[in-house]
Amino acid sequence: MTETNAEQQSNIQYAVDMSDVKKSFDGKEFVLNGIDLKIPKGKITVIIGYSGTGKSVLLKHILGLLHPTSGSIKVSGKEITSMTDEQLTKLRQDYGMLFQYAALFDDMTAIENVMFPLKEHRRDMPRSERLQIAKDRLKDSGLDPKHFNKLPAEMSGGMRKRVGLARALALDPDILIYDEPTTGLDPVLTEMVDNLIVSTHNLRKGSTSIVVSHDLYAAFRIADHVAMLDSGRVLLHGTPEDFLNSEIDLVKRFVAKGVRKELQPKNGESEEPARSTE
Amino acid sequence: MTRREWWALSYGEKRERFNDAFNHFFIWILKSFASFVTATGELAKFAATSIKLAFRAPSRWDEVIVHMEFVGNKSITIICLSGLFTGLALSYQIYLGFKIVNMTAMVGPTVGLGVFRELGPVLTGLIVSARAGGAMAARLGTMRVTEQIDALEVMGVDPVQYLVSPRIIATVLVMPLLTAVYDFVAMLGCYLICVYLFDIDPAQLVSQTTEWLEPYHLWEGLFKGALFGLFFSVICTNRGYNTKGGAEGVGNSTNEGVVTSMVMIIVVDFFVTNLINVFYQLKATLLQ
Repeated sequence: MTETNAEQQSNIQYAVDMSDVKKSFDGKEFVLNGIDLKIPKGKITVIIGYSGTGKSVLLKHILGLLHPTSGSIKVSGKEITSMTDEQLTKLRQDYGMLFQYAALFDDMTAIENVMFPLKEHRRDMPRSERLQIAKDRLKDSGLDPKHFNKLPAEMSGGMRKRVGLARALALDPDILIYDEPTTGLDPVLTEMVDNLIVSTHNLRKGSTSIVVSHDLYAAFRIADHVAMLDSGRVLLHGTPEDFLNSEIDLVKRFVAKGVRKELQPKNGESEEPARSTE
Repeated sequence: MTRREWWALSYGEKRERFNDAFNHFFIWILKSFASFVTATGELAKFAATSIKLAFRAPSRWDEVIVHMEFVGNKSITIICLSGLFTGLALSYQIYLGFKIVNMTAMVGPTVGLGVFRELGPVLTGLIVSARAGGAMAARLGTMRVTEQIDALEVMGVDPVQYLVSPRIIATVLVMPLLTAVYDFVAMLGCYLICVYLFDIDPAQLVSQTTEWLEPYHLWEGLFKGALFGLFFSVICTNRGYNTKGGAEGVGNSTNEGVVTSMVMIIVVDFFVTNLINVFYQLKATLLQ
């Protein structure tokens, strides 16, 4: 990277910068209706909202899997709406994504799953090196080495999440995306996944984490920033405190239903895992 | 509407209702035709993209080998079994018919022609589409509903190139070989029943068969086998790749894939047979 490029990169404040993004599938109704969202670099941003508010569609736009009807999306300063498929494929190497149910390849063992992105994108890397990286990532994600050679069908939900996270981290991505990481999990596993998100973020200085969720409690435990979507727009974007103090009716109702009072953030007094230390 | 109500209508009302019914029927035909054309177009586009991607970097030939083993090796047993019994049953029927006109010497060539040109490729296509095609649709469908295909896309791996292209290429390469095995085993069945049950002289059977059969009869069947392989692999992978819904969706796409493939093989066989005959006639005319 040239000095000017490096300077430009360091000057970019936002990992994702969306302005006036609209998306309609049928030309009539807009699923995204003028999204303005700036996701800061190096922070954990949680995107929340009721079901059907466009969270998944927004995520697919960030990943370049869907093209907006209008508007601009910049990822690490690069406009992605005008990118070709090949450029997008290259760009996606900068992303790591943990799916709701981990989406592990069921014919591959845990270690093979983690080695897969390396095999695809680091073809010149010796197998032994790929194996070592995969082992390191699995260890970082907290998976016991005795499970490395198990197939996804032989693993528990929590173990699968850990492997999914290790796979997402394999290529050392700048942006980590979590799609509904705690949906359908019991409270113990939910806490484990939340801790994993925070510890992974803290371990990887400078990386950006985007969590899409409708679990407000989890959002407050881990987020530096929270963005709430409603009817295809960003209703509120700010810190969890801004969120709690908001006078917007819909936000108030969402908070009232989603967060028990005793679990609200207490500026470091909470027994819950600390938010990312940036 | 009851029959009495119908007869109670005036001539004008009857004509109006008949016109309405006819219009609805006509619109239904047009819509069905339009959706058939759209589906065919999408399928052709899917096939063209998959084949084009097969020859693009990164190379996926290791995947092709894996799928050749799955489609080919694992189908050998059922291909041999059905080929043998097809040969036995067909020879039996043809022998009974030819015996009446005292032409039992022609059993071998007749079975050979039928097997090489029609039954070999068609039955191989049907059997392999049910076994391997169904498995392809189910596998890709499961990968779709469990977000494994999305995961590939997010990782920057083209899912069509990684999952679909190798399956199609492997099937097209393996199907002629399976057809050849089917032909050989069916002719073996013919030999066994003719020689050991009907006491036909083996030398006469072999000489008559080789005299009447030409190499192009075999090539024609092998070509058809590859073509049917292309058809069913494209249909089944397309259905699996575009699966919607959960477990039910996987079941539906597997079912649709296999049924559509089987019907298409039989329909396409008719047109290809005619096209091949036209080709031979043209060739003969040009050579004269």
